[in-house]
Amino acid sequence: MVSWFPYFLQEVAHFDTRPACGILNSMHELPITESIVEIAVRYGKEAKAKRVTDLYLIIGQLATVVDESIQFYWDIISKDTICEGARLHFERIPAQLLCLDCNIPYNIERGNMTTCPQCDGIRVKVTQGEEFRLDSINIED
Amino acid sequence: MTTPKPQTPRNIPVVEKILNANEQLANENRQRLDQAGIFGINIMASPGAGKTSVIEKTLAGLGGRFKVAAIDGDVATSIDADRAAAAGATAIQINTGGECHLDAVMLRGALQQLDLPQFDLLLVENVGNLICPANFQLGTHKNILIASVPEGDDKPYKYPGMYRGVDALIINKIDLLPYIPFNMDYFRKGVQLLNPDLVTFPVSCMTGEGFDKWITWLMAHIQKA
Repeated sequence: MVSWFPYFLQEVAHFDTRPACGILNSMHELPITESIVEIAVRYGKEAKAKRVTDLYLIIGQLATVVDESIQFYWDIISKDTICEGARLHFERIPAQLLCLDCNIPYNIERGNMTTCPQCDGIRVKVTQGEEFRLDSINIED
Repeated sequence: MTTPKPQTPRNIPVVEKILNANEQLANENRQRLDQAGIFGINIMASPGAGKTSVIEKTLAGLGGRFKVAAIDGDVATSIDADRAAAAGATAIQINTGGECHLDAVMLRGALQQLDLPQFDLLLVENVGNLICPANFQLGTHKNILIASVPEGDDKPYKYPGMYRGVDALIINKIDLLPYIPFNMDYFRKGVQLLNPDLVTFPVSCMTGEGFDKWITWLMAHIQKA
């Protein structure tokens, strides 16, 4: 099976507007944030850092990840780790589609998946916007 | 000779996928299923789309030809596992205690409670939700989405991630089509945009319509596992 599945992260229509399940409920941003803390602490310790000061996250437009929710959990979960107080930087990558019929690349408007603007084709491929990774961290020795 | 003092703060490249840990565990789950020769599917849908009813009908359709284990994820209660057990599966309930999806860790815990080699098919019923479960691969062989007609024909457009990430789509409650303004062409166009040539099974749990094709598809995969 294709392996991009977990990283094409969801809910295009609402990706930048509201949390998926309500901010005080459990939701997928909690385990996601735990994972970010784990990765940053691991890389920080490997580099013998005294403290991690900044995290640079790359998140595609198609990710159903709400920045505010990650920040909300981050402030709680990063406490008492070398990441405590670190700043989160979110770089959102706009989604891009490619029409497989006329080979035209196009962006999506306001999060809506749309047919090809040239031929109205529905055979499309997502070429960008599925990113979901921690790109780098800043540390203090 | 003195070691040069490291610049501080300095930037460390990471470039690690954020859900890498879950994906690794999912791979381990997959290996366990493969070693046991069991075909596993992860069934996702919104609440009320008919996940448990489809499981019941599927068990009936398989007619005892295969040994089936069912793992039911829910925020609370064992209602779904009880129904799967009554329909003939060995059922395990996972109560997520508020978590809105299953993940690979939860599935691993449930797999440990099963004597896997004695089963042919594993049905994992995820928590009813069209958003969060799509983010967490479990390690099953196929991800299945059940859409039901009363939910509306706009759902592929509104939940593209879920529709993109699945390997088969069951369209349930088609017996209600005459009573509901559901434009199948509009729905299918959305599905095609997101997941070209996705295999779909229009079914009705009430009339049994369409289940033969779904059962045939499923049996072909069980026999390959």
